Amino acid sequence: MKISYQWLRDYVEIDDLTPEQLGGLLTDAGVPVEVFTPLNLGVKGVVIGHVLETRPHENADKLRVCTVDAGTGEHLQIVCGAPNVAPGQKVPVAVIGAELPNDFKIKKAKLRGIESQGMLCSAKEIGMDIKLLPKDQTEGLYILPSDAPIGADVTDYLYLNDVVLELELTPNRSDLLNYRGVAYEVAALLGREVKLNEAQRAEASGDSPVSVKIESENCSKYAAQVIQGVKVGQSPLWLQAKLLAVGVRPINNVVDVTNFVMFELGQPLHAFDLSKVVERTIIVRQAQAGEKHVTLDGVERTLDASMLVIADPEKVIGLAGVMGGENSEVDDNTTTIVLESAYFDASTTRKTGKALGLYSEAQKRFEKGMIDQAMVVNAMLRAAELIVELAGGEIVGKPTEVVAKEIEPSVLPLRAERVNRLLGTEIAEAEMIAILKRLGFAVSDQKVDGAHLVTAPTRRPDMAKEADLIEEIARVYGYDQIPVTLPEGPLVQGQLTPIQKLRGTARELLIHMGLTEVVTYSFINIANYEKLGLATAGYENQLKLMHPLSEERNALRTHMLPSLVEVVQYNRNRRVQDLAIFEVGKVFTPAHDQTELPQEHLRAAGVITGSFAPVGVGEKERAVDFFAVKGIVENLLIGLGITGVSYERTELPGMHPGRTARIFQGELTLGYVGGLHPEAEEAAELAPTYYFELDMEKLLAAKHGATTVTASLPKFPSMERDIAVLVDVDVPAGQLLDTIAEAGGELLESARIFDLYQGSQVPAGKKSIAYGLVYRSGERTLTDEEVTLVHEKVLLALKERHSAELRA
Amino acid sequence: MMKEQLMALKEQALEKLTQQSSLHQLNEWKATYLGKKGELTAALRGMKDLSAEERPIVGALVNEVRESLESAFDGQEAELKRAEREKRLREETIDVTLPGRSIPLGSEHPLTRLIREVEEIFLGLGFQVAEGPEVETDYNNFEALNVPRNHPARDMQDTFYITEDMLLRTHTSPVQGRVLRANVEAAKQRGETSPQPVRIIAPGRVYRRDDDDATHSHAFMQIEGLVVDRHIRMSDLKGILTTFAQQMFGHDVAIRMRPSYFPFTEPSTEVDATCYSCGGDGCRVCKQTGWIEILGAGMVHPNVLEMAGYDPEEFTGFAFGMGVERIAMRRYGIEDIRHFYTNDVRLMSQFKSRV
Repeated sequence: MKISYQWLRDYVEIDDLTPEQLGGLLTDAGVPVEVFTPLNLGVKGVVIGHVLETRPHENADKLRVCTVDAGTGEHLQIVCGAPNVAPGQKVPVAVIGAELPNDFKIKKAKLRGIESQGMLCSAKEIGMDIKLLPKDQTEGLYILPSDAPIGADVTDYLYLNDVVLELELTPNRSDLLNYRGVAYEVAALLGREVKLNEAQRAEASGDSPVSVKIESENCSKYAAQVIQGVKVGQSPLWLQAKLLAVGVRPINNVVDVTNFVMFELGQPLHAFDLSKVVERTIIVRQAQAGEKHVTLDGVERTLDASMLVIADPEKVIGLAGVMGGENSEVDDNTTTIVLESAYFDASTTRKTGKALGLYSEAQKRFEKGMIDQAMVVNAMLRAAELIVELAGGEIVGKPTEVVAKEIEPSVLPLRAERVNRLLGTEIAEAEMIAILKRLGFAVSDQKVDGAHLVTAPTRRPDMAKEADLIEEIARVYGYDQIPVTLPEGPLVQGQLTPIQKLRGTARELLIHMGLTEVVTYSFINIANYEKLGLATAGYENQLKLMHPLSEERNALRTHMLPSLVEVVQYNRNRRVQDLAIFEVGKVFTPAHDQTELPQEHLRAAGVITGSFAPVGVGEKERAVDFFAVKGIVENLLIGLGITGVSYERTELPGMHPGRTARIFQGELTLGYVGGLHPEAEEAAELAPTYYFELDMEKLLAAKHGATTVTASLPKFPSMERDIAVLVDVDVPAGQLLDTIAEAGGELLESARIFDLYQGSQVPAGKKSIAYGLVYRSGERTLTDEEVTLVHEKVLLALKERHSAELRA
Repeated sequence: MMKEQLMALKEQALEKLTQQSSLHQLNEWKATYLGKKGELTAALRGMKDLSAEERPIVGALVNEVRESLESAFDGQEAELKRAEREKRLREETIDVTLPGRSIPLGSEHPLTRLIREVEEIFLGLGFQVAEGPEVETDYNNFEALNVPRNHPARDMQDTFYITEDMLLRTHTSPVQGRVLRANVEAAKQRGETSPQPVRIIAPGRVYRRDDDDATHSHAFMQIEGLVVDRHIRMSDLKGILTTFAQQMFGHDVAIRMRPSYFPFTEPSTEVDATCYSCGGDGCRVCKQTGWIEILGAGMVHPNVLEMAGYDPEEFTGFAFGMGVERIAMRRYGIEDIRHFYTNDVRLMSQFKSRV
């Protein structure tokens, strides 16, 4: 909301504050003011001059030499290039020594050999915002009214010595969309009175020449006033200046008055030509679906039944609260006007404006729902008086007033002790009451049930609870006066939940294993889903947005891979080929019953591509492979205390069928690890890429080794035996390891795979796997015989179950 | 006679000794002069031909020569050992300015890092960390927070809807209602009349239907805070936030509260902290005000408490919510909010330090 400092001076005493101080006062009270726009951009010494005569310049076709009376006591000779200069005009004259915006100082000069004692100015040259001026006032010299006083300072004359404050309003403070509201606010903050005549204005007598019917519940009040004999013309300069200051284009004296009163009192008004209203009957009704209407901007609109219109018995004449109709417009020939002042439903006005792409100052006020119903008629009468004053004519008859629903002012209890208890302050009751009264609230002298009864002004429909009153008191009292305390009462130890701890530990472990944490959006890129072979793999069952920002990203992810692949692609396009990244993020699975919220699962997922190994100067890089990533997963699980984990080759959408393993502990699938499918890599333009995804909830559910073991050193020596066996190439080495563990029983402390060979030294179709076994007892030193006995059992089991032959 | 021979031998041996340049040669020298088959031993053997008078004299002389040769040997040996050690150290000398073998070290994402730091501060203040779903009901996201349909505040937040009643939460505030209602439910289960007090923060991802640009993102992180108890005052809000700001931004930081508006708090406030850049003197970063906005807060609206089943006459509370990206952008000098989500590793890898 733009507020002119000079205009506000009409309603509250602020002469002792600069505009910046005024802005600071409002900012501290919760109405931020950050932008201050001076209307005078540095114009000094420019006066009103009278062009007495003009003659051609002897050396230049386009220049004219003018004789100007600028009230300086002598006639000035000024060379002027504007094509519209003519004798008799009143124009702004920058005399010698005057200053124009951008530090432009006027000096005596010779133009093509002829001396010029100043400069005649256009509107733009004196820093005016020419967007809002009519075209004929912005081309060439700025021609001022003929009664402009010669020699007067033009910035005074045009009301340019003003600063406009930009108020940033929160949605609850739409009462500040007008000067009246701002005046009350400023007055309360300064402890002053508001200078505004709000008394009910006198009404004319006699029947109203116009009848009004409300046929929709979306209009709670409608008033109309007829004025006849009006002479439509230009508004006086003071009125134009006020509207220009707040960014409104002056139109004519009737429209300008309705805008002025809207800014002054907050009530949107509309004027239309009574001669264009059939049967002098105004009907407020819902539009019919498909009904056509041409608005004031000349555009034909197609309406629907949700829209509220103003109509006569034959046609729509305006969109209620949004924009008037062309067919009832006030024009230069209009003599009898109807002023409309109403209370239209907020959301209806908003939806209509949104649907038609219209946004007017009136609509802005209606759609906040903060119209002061008590001001509807009074504002209209204020406008009627002004119109008669500026455009002549007379008010005819009483105002027509139809009230469909009266809105009562809210009466709220106020308990002083509750105020202080909620704020932690010790404000005296009398001070609270004084603050509320300054804001225009009425406070009862008597208490009911220990509470004062406070009646909010009708311009503050946002006051609905005692808490609202407490905020008003706190705001004006000053938030900076509230002391600093800490909550009283017992304190519970803050603690993370098990899944939060697990998530934190997983992140730490992955970071320390060299993976960079990323955070990606949870909307999926459909194109990548398809490229990665996921679009038809059970992942197509996604939650779709009703109104996505783009069709490409219209659903929530069911899978982490595409998000991480996007990070790879982004970095690859910036020539970063080696990547090891992870994210602990959410995936979304729709519920079977679509009205239920979806399931949100937390996943730890990582992608590694390019080279990933310790590399020193002069050493070769090594491309990432399955086992590098599996090693990360293994370490992660060990770090999380999850042991007894197995891996089993598995086929999954988007993954290499020969290089992907399901990770499980007993019956519980924890996730998977593997290489991307070559086709997916090709489609997504990826180098060989490996991926793992673990389900955090499953990791939490998995059996965890005791996190605090009593660590002890072995008391008895171990005995180590290595074996190498020949098996068929497709036998998984891990299965043999399981067999070894089982057959080794209690005495087998550990077993690991330490070598794998396939080639000329072994028969075709076979491979040699070497295992290192460690035997140990916690109770005694094992003898060679004991170990041999168990070891034989192991070998036998390997032979029986896997046809494994011991290599010589 | 014998005496001259011995002195000549000593002289010769000492001269030879200086010519021995390796430990190996040195040992050969030792064998030559001091060994069992060495020359001094030979000299000793010649003593049997001496008279009884001469014998002790020569004997003493032999010993004297032996001692002097041995001592010379020890000295030379030490010298050679020192030289060899030095040679070896010289040979083993490397360029220590070459880089270490690059053991991979990942980095923590600045957003999760900031959330972790905030969590640590509030855990220390006795807060629990609560979480809620990102897909929410319209009721939880708006109505339970005192934002009915057609409330003007819904203009502030353009929302991604999934169905009429299901949406992507526009703030972390729905966690407030979830925690409060869960407590009310738990109290009922236990047969208690009043629910437990609440002291939580709730970090998480939220969504607004905004086009992405340098300062806007359709998805971003927030951290919600909620304290509800029997005697919670606005001054307590000031105290908790002052403590937080000082731990987060530095011990000389002050906070300032300005009135504001949120539908779910009343009174509401914006909270500023002393500008990190100028320390409050006023600079370009804080637009000469000396203050930087860090979060929004207020006293929980009685309607919110009431809808969740807490009696607003018995309980009061405060809530606050901060945007993680905005704080992270200032803290780490990141100028474009999109950088957090594009994850350019050249930027992200700058967050390897954990302090």
